[in-house]
Amino acid sequence: MSTVWLIPAFPLAGALVNMVFGRVIGRSAHWIAVPALVASFLGSCVVFARVWSGQAFTTTLFTWIVAADFETTVVALVDPLTGVMLLVVTGVGMLIHVYSIGYMHDDPGYARFFAYLNLFVFSMTMLVLAGNFLLLYVFWEAVGLCSYLLIGFWYTRDSAAQAGKKAFIVNRVGDFGFGLAIMWIWIAFGTLDYVAVFKGAETLAPATATGIALLLFMGACGKSAQVPLHVWLPDAMEGPTPVSALIHAATMVTAGVYMVARSHALFERSTVALDVVLWVGVITAVFAATIGLVQTDIKRVLAYSTVSQLGYMFAALGLGAYTAGIFHLVTHAFFKALLFLGAGSVIHGLHGEQDLRKMGALAPRMRVTAMTMTIGALGLVGFPGLAGFFSKDEILAAAFFGSRAAWALLLAGAFMTAFYTFRLIFLAFFTGPRMSKDVAHHAHESPRVMTWPLIALAALTVVAGAAVGIPSEHGTPFARFLSPVLPVHEGEHGGAAGVMLLVLSVIVVAAGILLAWFMYMAAPVKAETIGQPRTVLVRLLLNAWYVDWLYDRAIVRPLYALSVFLARVFDLGVIDGLVNGLGRAVVWWSAGLRRLQTGYVVNYALTMLAGAVIFVAYFLAR
Amino acid sequence: MIPAPPVALGALLPALIVFGTGVLVLLLDLVPPRTKDHLGGVALAGIVIALLGSISLWNHETRAFRDMVLLDNYALFFHVVICYAAALAVLLSIDYLRRNGVESGEYYALLLFSTAGMMLLASAGDLLIVFLGIELMSLSLYVLAGLFKMRLASGEASMKYFLLGAFATGFLLYGIALIYGATGSTNFDRIAAAAAARPRDTLVTIGLGLLLVGFGFKISSVPFHMWAPDVYEGAPTSVTALIATGSKAAAFAALIRVLTVALRAAQPDWSVLLWAVAAVTMTAGNVIAIAQSNLKRMLAYSSIAHVGYMLVGLVAGGVPGAGAVLFYLLAYTFTTAGAFGAILLVERSDGEAVEVGDYAGLARRHPVLAATLGLFLLSLVGIPPLAGFVGKFYLFGSAVRAGYLWLTVIGVLNSAIAAYYYLRVIVYMYMREPEGVEVRLVPSFAGGVALAIALVGIVLLGVMPAPFADLAQVAVAPLLR
Amino acid sequence: MEYLPILLTFAFAAGVAGALLGIPLLIAPRRLSPVKLAPFECGKDPIAISEGRFPIKFSTVAILFIIFDIELFFLWLWAMLFRRLGWFGFVEMLVFLAILMLGYLYIWRKGGLEWE
Repeated sequence: MSTVWLIPAFPLAGALVNMVFGRVIGRSAHWIAVPALVASFLGSCVVFARVWSGQAFTTTLFTWIVAADFETTVVALVDPLTGVMLLVVTGVGMLIHVYSIGYMHDDPGYARFFAYLNLFVFSMTMLVLAGNFLLLYVFWEAVGLCSYLLIGFWYTRDSAAQAGKKAFIVNRVGDFGFGLAIMWIWIAFGTLDYVAVFKGAETLAPATATGIALLLFMGACGKSAQVPLHVWLPDAMEGPTPVSALIHAATMVTAGVYMVARSHALFERSTVALDVVLWVGVITAVFAATIGLVQTDIKRVLAYSTVSQLGYMFAALGLGAYTAGIFHLVTHAFFKALLFLGAGSVIHGLHGEQDLRKMGALAPRMRVTAMTMTIGALGLVGFPGLAGFFSKDEILAAAFFGSRAAWALLLAGAFMTAFYTFRLIFLAFFTGPRMSKDVAHHAHESPRVMTWPLIALAALTVVAGAAVGIPSEHGTPFARFLSPVLPVHEGEHGGAAGVMLLVLSVIVVAAGILLAWFMYMAAPVKAETIGQPRTVLVRLLLNAWYVDWLYDRAIVRPLYALSVFLARVFDLGVIDGLVNGLGRAVVWWSAGLRRLQTGYVVNYALTMLAGAVIFVAYFLAR
Repeated sequence: MIPAPPVALGALLPALIVFGTGVLVLLLDLVPPRTKDHLGGVALAGIVIALLGSISLWNHETRAFRDMVLLDNYALFFHVVICYAAALAVLLSIDYLRRNGVESGEYYALLLFSTAGMMLLASAGDLLIVFLGIELMSLSLYVLAGLFKMRLASGEASMKYFLLGAFATGFLLYGIALIYGATGSTNFDRIAAAAAARPRDTLVTIGLGLLLVGFGFKISSVPFHMWAPDVYEGAPTSVTALIATGSKAAAFAALIRVLTVALRAAQPDWSVLLWAVAAVTMTAGNVIAIAQSNLKRMLAYSSIAHVGYMLVGLVAGGVPGAGAVLFYLLAYTFTTAGAFGAILLVERSDGEAVEVGDYAGLARRHPVLAATLGLFLLSLVGIPPLAGFVGKFYLFGSAVRAGYLWLTVIGVLNSAIAAYYYLRVIVYMYMREPEGVEVRLVPSFAGGVALAIALVGIVLLGVMPAPFADLAQVAVAPLLR
Repeated sequence: MEYLPILLTFAFAAGVAGALLGIPLLIAPRRLSPVKLAPFECGKDPIAISEGRFPIKFSTVAILFIIFDIELFFLWLWAMLFRRLGWFGFVEMLVFLAILMLGYLYIWRKGGLEWE
């Protein structure tokens, strides 16, 4: 379909307009950005409808340079998976754009913010539309760039600039692997086109498949913040909260999940790769959840929760339950965006306060936020009937039949999820107030433009699971829809065992919530007692298992020392000498030649005459 | 009774429209009102009509005056390029002339005559028409260069341009004479036939050498380039823009046709010579540009370097090479006219702001203009996805495919050198504090429109080059049959 | 060898020019004075500020004369062949004259014909 290009084109146009005319537009920037997203979303709906009716097609969005046999084209692959991703990106993106109107209201960089946000949506839609690995890589980097720009949006704040840099650098590590993977694919298949590569994957040597898949997964680890490359995501919370919701919870960080699911044909060829995906996912899910247990910054809790939930998605992919992973991606986008936006609403209402220790008793003051956020929390922990319930339990079921050890760990993760989620809800909304009188007095509900997106997302959290996630004998409707793209391994959802698993996980979740209740609600808590390193374990968790410290000591400092050495000794002596020498030679030469330009017409004419003589002499000599 | 020869003025239609508009402007200059703003509008209207006419004549090949004038797709492609260059020059002139106290009807008339000459040059099928076109174009430009009578540099530019131009024309005429003497014709096709029958005729090759001297002057290739910096610097900036784009495009149009149609038999001879000229031209242009602190001078050397790049395409030859030159000329016209236009809109209290130091901190004061100028400079560097990148890509791509690896290496190295002095201006605009004299942005609606058109042009050519490259190849293909 | 005559012409021209420059160098007596060393400038002071004004009227008139002189040259030939050229020739000449008249009108209106 030729109109697919409109989906990325609208946000791109919006971004350009706001970038170029930002100064003029100023406070009206959302009148450009939001309609662009609405149009993009409607376009996505149209595309989705076509996909729904069973169409999958590739289409050339754009042809750039054509020179004889060389052609650079932008090819889009539109299939059910793309359709789902498009809907999530533009739908959630649209709600977050609306929300930002309120949240960023007083920011001096209003137009710049919307320009970046639109640019991100453009890049993300292109990422999911991409029909080959090269294009995927280009927009993989583009979303990374947008992420960098938006984390460092408040660039005057040193921590924000640092966080942006960290995100960029850590992602480079993953992208290095991704880049190698793409080169390897080119060598192995002679093409980067999805269709051809996945077709060729069937006959690929297992060793090659393992190598390519692991390198691809390295890229996914960077983008989706999996252990050991997870360290950038919590710091990325320095960005404005709508950014955290859109980029660092709902869409960009799930690009890794999307990429692995998209190239499952390569992963399927290698059991090693799938096992690595599974265990990295499981370890991340548990590891991040433990850190989330003790965090005191409302956004950091959610950030670690995001890392953990991404681990669940990868675990699903590693088990071969691709549709379960993608389904969790979708539902997670709804409720995690909701939770972040809710947190943003709280921060907004408390004039920038993010510390859970200084919150409490906000429910009466912020009714809509409290209610929708509780729904989001219930969705996240997997309360029966809500979105997370269906998606998470599908993963747990797959794990149960795939690997008991993984299942046990994921179940423990679910317990911790329930605990830290409700710890957040209780501390923010229901325990006694711990903020100063002044702040308490000014605490207020956010404006409509911010609460409506919350309500919309809450509604999605409630209905999304039940609408498409109820399993039948042939899997869920969602899985059946995706079945042309992602294989469904049937017969693994045993009847009685499945029900047992459901009950078990509900019990575990309830236990987690109850524990949070006993610790924080049963008796009044003092601010000083929250998040204090009373035991070695808590100290360990508060410092996020000292991973950052370890990286600093083991990698950053030695590298820095090496680079200082190189800069002082090697660079000055060798490289600088070469470069400056070359540069000086050119400048010297240039100044010399310049002297030929005397300004005398006679000299000019003589030069011309000399040239003419040379020309004629040359022709005579031939 | 002498039979009346067939008169097919249709083949001259676009040039005649421009020429007629020139005459009209001359006459309108005689009648009130005293202000001459409307003359710019009339001139622009004429150019736009000629432009639209040229576009509508696409694929309607006509030959007239015993094949002396050819209105084929090749000519029409150049008509479009030239009309764009002229239109941008007129748009840039309107406020610029008033600001400098030179409001005369002759300016637009001469500009239009010059444009008509360029168009004639593009559709020349005969060496005499080439000569006629070159003279019509150049004589008008000599006067235009000296338009600012009160400014010494302007007079100097005009004088130098005229003297050296006359000198070069002498070589050109002598070359024409020798070729006529050897082949008995000035018509391209008949020259080709005669030259093919007697390969390696000494007179023809000497004539070719002298022709290349004459053309070398018009396109300002080394060693016939020395007028360019002085003239570009001294001439009114709007005229500089036209000299740098339109006249160069027209000279290239005739040069390519002469070399590939009339003197194709001598291709082994001229391609080796042009190889050396291309290498020397781009290297000299870029290296000397580094030492310039005057932006107009810098752009003059940069334009010399770009001629070197374009000669690479001519050396590569064939439809890809020649097509790449055509595409590059289109891209180069927008980029260079835009760059000169941006400079023209910046002013110091004591005249034009042309020193690179004047641009320090411009981004802080006038972000839109700084960004626009920055984009033109980036296109000149050849940064994707702007027109300059795609143009270079096609040029060097054709050279590689034709086997000229070393020339390509020289070209790419040159692009790297060139980045230095273009980026230096951007560094000044974005990373330096304003220094010295206060510069201000001249409010000019027409100038803004010109910059916008040029900007859209370089972005469009950079993002969607394929259709335009196709047109360029379609235009040159019949020449090389 | 067919171009030998041309080459001879060249040689002859070079020889004559060389002789005219060379022979005086060899045989002419040289008694130099500042006036003699000055570039030949019709008795005018060769070093003067070039801003000095001089009437351009003469050259304008000369150029105008040449234009109409050439017109006359065309008209003469045309008149000789008037009948044989027929209507085509008549119309062509009218177009030519009309263009020339436009130029004349322009010169006149711009004050090119005024002496003072």
